[in-house]
Formats: sequence, C-alpha cells, structure tokens
Amino acid sequence: MTIHTKMARLVAVLALGLFALFAQPQAAQAQDIVNPTAQSVTEDALLGALSGDAQVQGRVTIPDDLSSGLIKPGNRNWADTHGGPVRTTTLIAVVGMLAVLVAFYLIRGKIRIDSGPSSERILRFTSMERFAHWLMAVSFIVLAITGLNLVFGRAVILPLFGEGVFGTLSAWGKVAHNYMGFAFMLGLLLSFLYWVVHNIPDKVDLKWLSQGGGLFVKGVHPPAKKFNAGQKGIFWSVTIGGAALSFTGVMLLFPEMAGGEAGWQLYQVIHGIVAAVLTAIVIAHIYIGSVGMEGAYDAMGSGEVDLNWAKEHHSLWVDEVQSKQSQDGGEAGSRPTTQPAE
Amino acid sequence: MPRMKFLCDADRCIECNACVTACKNEHEVPWGINRRRVVTINDGLPGERSVSMACMHCTDAPCAAVCPVDCFYTTDDAVVLHSKDTCIGCGYCFYACPFGAPQYPRVGNFGTRGKMDKCTYCAGGPEADMTEAEYVKYGANRLAEGKLPLCAEMCSTKALLAGDGDIIADIYRERVVTRGYGSGAWGWRSAYGETVSV
Repeated sequence: MTIHTKMARLVAVLALGLFALFAQPQAAQAQDIVNPTAQSVTEDALLGALSGDAQVQGRVTIPDDLSSGLIKPGNRNWADTHGGPVRTTTLIAVVGMLAVLVAFYLIRGKIRIDSGPSSERILRFTSMERFAHWLMAVSFIVLAITGLNLVFGRAVILPLFGEGVFGTLSAWGKVAHNYMGFAFMLGLLLSFLYWVVHNIPDKVDLKWLSQGGGLFVKGVHPPAKKFNAGQKGIFWSVTIGGAALSFTGVMLLFPEMAGGEAGWQLYQVIHGIVAAVLTAIVIAHIYIGSVGMEGAYDAMGSGEVDLNWAKEHHSLWVDEVQSKQSQDGGEAGSRPTTQPAE
Repeated sequence: MPRMKFLCDADRCIECNACVTACKNEHEVPWGINRRRVVTINDGLPGERSVSMACMHCTDAPCAAVCPVDCFYTTDDAVVLHSKDTCIGCGYCFYACPFGAPQYPRVGNFGTRGKMDKCTYCAGGPEADMTEAEYVKYGANRLAEGKLPLCAEMCSTKALLAGDGDIIADIYRERVVTRGYGSGAWGWRSAYGETVSV
C-alpha cells in the first residue's frame, strides 16, 4: 500500500464520520415522525374498510383511469348473482310457462268459436297497427332467443353443436341483439301510441277478470271492449317491461353512461330478470294468439276477424264498431269494415 | 401438480413498472391493453405501497362462471386461460373480475370491444404450444418452455413472486417473519378465498 492510497482512505473515513455526525440526528428525527413499517397500508385494513360496491383504489401511471382500481371484491357478487338467481329465474319463468301452457292445452284444448264460424268478417287491426305489432314481435323474438342463448347457450347449444358453431352463432347473436333492440324500441313506441287509449283499465275489466276471462269454462264469454283485461295485462307488461328493457339495454350498450361498474351490473341484473319474466308472458301471448284459440290469429294476420269470434270475445267493441258504421251510413261502403267471407 | 399463483410483496415493490414493460414486450401486447399494471395505494402518504396486479388465476374463476360462451378453461397448473376464437367480446368477464384483468382492444360502446385479452401466466392459449398461431393471439408460452412468467422472473426486488402457491406463500411468510412486517398477500382473499397467515 502506497502512502497515497493510505491518505485517500483516511480522507474517506473522515468524510464519512463527518457526514454521520451531521446526518444522524436528522435521521433519528425523521424516524420519530414517519415509521414506514408501522404505517404501511395493509390489504386487510383496506378490505375491511370497504363497504358495498367500493373498491381498493390507487394511482396508476398508465393512461387508463379504469385500471386504477386494484381489488373489487364486489364483482364476485355480481358474478354469483348472474350465474345463480338470474339464471334460475329465467329457467323457472320460461320452462314453467311452457309447462303451464302444455297442461292448459291438454286440459282445456283449443278454445273454439262456440257459435261456429260466421260468414262475415270485421276489421280489427289496420295495416299500421299490424306493422307496429310485427315490428315489435319479430324483434322481440330475435332478442329473446339471442338473449336466452347468452344464459343457456353454453349448457344447451354448446354440447349439441360444438365450440365452432356455437361461437359463431353467439357472435352473430350478439350483433343481432345489440341492433334489433332499436327496432323493438320503435315497435314498442308505435304500439303504445296506437293502443294506449284502448288499454285504460275500467269496470268492465273487473267483470272479465272475475269470470276468468271465460278461458277456463266453455261457453262463458264476459263482455269486453277492443281489449279485454288479459290483453290489457299483456299491453302494460310489454309497455313497462319493454321500457325497462330498453333503458337498461341502452345502458349496457353504452357502459360509460351506466355510472361505473356497479351501475352496469345493476342494469344487467334488471335486464336479465325483466327479460325472463316478459319472455314468459309473451310465450303465453303467442300461445293464445295462435294454437290456443280458434280465430285469434286473424286479428294480427289479415287484420280481419270472424264476426262470431269478435262477438264472443269483444262484444262491446263489436257494438261500438257497428253503431259507428250505421251512423256513418253510406260512407261505410268506401271503407268496408264488414264484408262477406270468401 | 403445482397450483400456480402470483404474490406481490408490496413492501418490496418499488413501482418501477418493469413487470408491466416486460409483459408488453414479451407478448407484443398492443397499445391500450395492459395485462399487468402497478397500482400505488396512499400515493405520497406515509406507508404508501405499490402492488403489481394482473389476472390472479382465481380458484372458481368468476370470469369463467359468467362467460356466456364458456370460453375459459383452467389448465392442470390451475392457470385460467381463454379461447379468443370463441370469445364474443360481451364484456361480462370484465364486470365479474375482482382485479380488472380482462382487457379489450376498443372502448365498449355497442358491444364492439373486440376479443378479450388478459394475462396468460405466460402459458399461451388453446393452440398448440409455442406455435406462431398461439403467439399471435396470446403471446409467448414460457410455461411450456419450463420457465415462469417473465414479470416475476425479472422483478428487480423480487417483490413479484410466481410459482406454486404453497412455495411462494412460504417465501413470503419467511420474509414477513424475518423483517417483522408485511402488508399482506394482495388479492389472495378475492382470488383464492384465503390469505397467507403469518
């Protein structure tokens, strides 16, 4: 070791000692104020302080604020709800309704026109009314099937057709569901405007309901206007349920509007449950409008129904139409609402 | 078979974001997608801690439970992977995940998010191991090469641990006992329904 290196060492040691002399009190002072060990945030404390749908939040340096949430334990609750109660409700509603209808058909059979088909027909729904109905109906059926696919597809379609077919079907189904929603909303709005005046509940409905609508006993036909209480029930179910589905559906399509993840999750659960209940109601509606009742389909098919069918199911409405016709007198000829069947 | 887990020792993490960068580079993850991120809690306050977070490869993964097309699967190593061929980009997994792991190429209006992307634990996807097709969709398959995830392997302070859950829990427990403190095994409660008790 040369004298030069010895000197260098001595200087270094002295410098260190000098530094320690000044630095030590400062460090001790700082330690009194901040103890990073004792004061560190712990996961347990943060999770324990969380309430409801809150999340452990921090700061990130990447330009994506959404990623600053570290742990969101509540998301598992939504996952459990979606995979549990929502799925179960849908299953019970849809399968239960199908079972009820099959039982009804087996016991009651097809509801016939008791007085037999007549030779006259009467216009029940104009082409615009039918357009509104079918716009809503076709879009609803597509929405219901693609929606049910999201709930049960993986249990039913996937094992039957395999991953490739199911994946492609579901991808197209998602696109259809996202865009058909707007056709449904238009149909819903038109139907509401056309029919709301005929769907205000009144005293006639009470009588209709007290007789079970004549659905369960042959030969019983409580009076009804353009829409009986059952149809009013369908109308308001579709109107209110459809409005709820439309609103929540738009929220799901535009997640930024849904008010964070908790908001989106709430809308998704509402959307699922309302859709399940409305689907069940609409299945019953489809049944009674097709195989369940003779002559009912014509109302939305050609728009013209059998006069005897109309007298049995909508007696007050027939009176109304016929008295209006006789008042109009000769003018009715240019707008034939009653004409012989072919 | 090992049960693969991540454990971030927040008392060691220095928020250098090297794990984030390594992940993006290793898998050539596109712009806007971050399979891993570092979140700083109590930023600027005494006791501030940073946690590196990605998919935790949960037990009973909620993403798999809500996926309408059932595109998730769990490997023998308990790594949660998914098929981008089946994914329809509905976004359900994002809302089910407690860790914000699922990422999408685009903002989600009108359900146009695109196929979901997330941390694969460097284990690729359903395609054949270490093929070009697998790399393009899911990135490198280090597990098939006998290597652990790159984020944990290159962590300079060894804050981020990857490997069999029991082994990394033991390492963490030993550290806590030795130094006398630990802020917890972040995310373990939500992911695995248990935490590392010391």
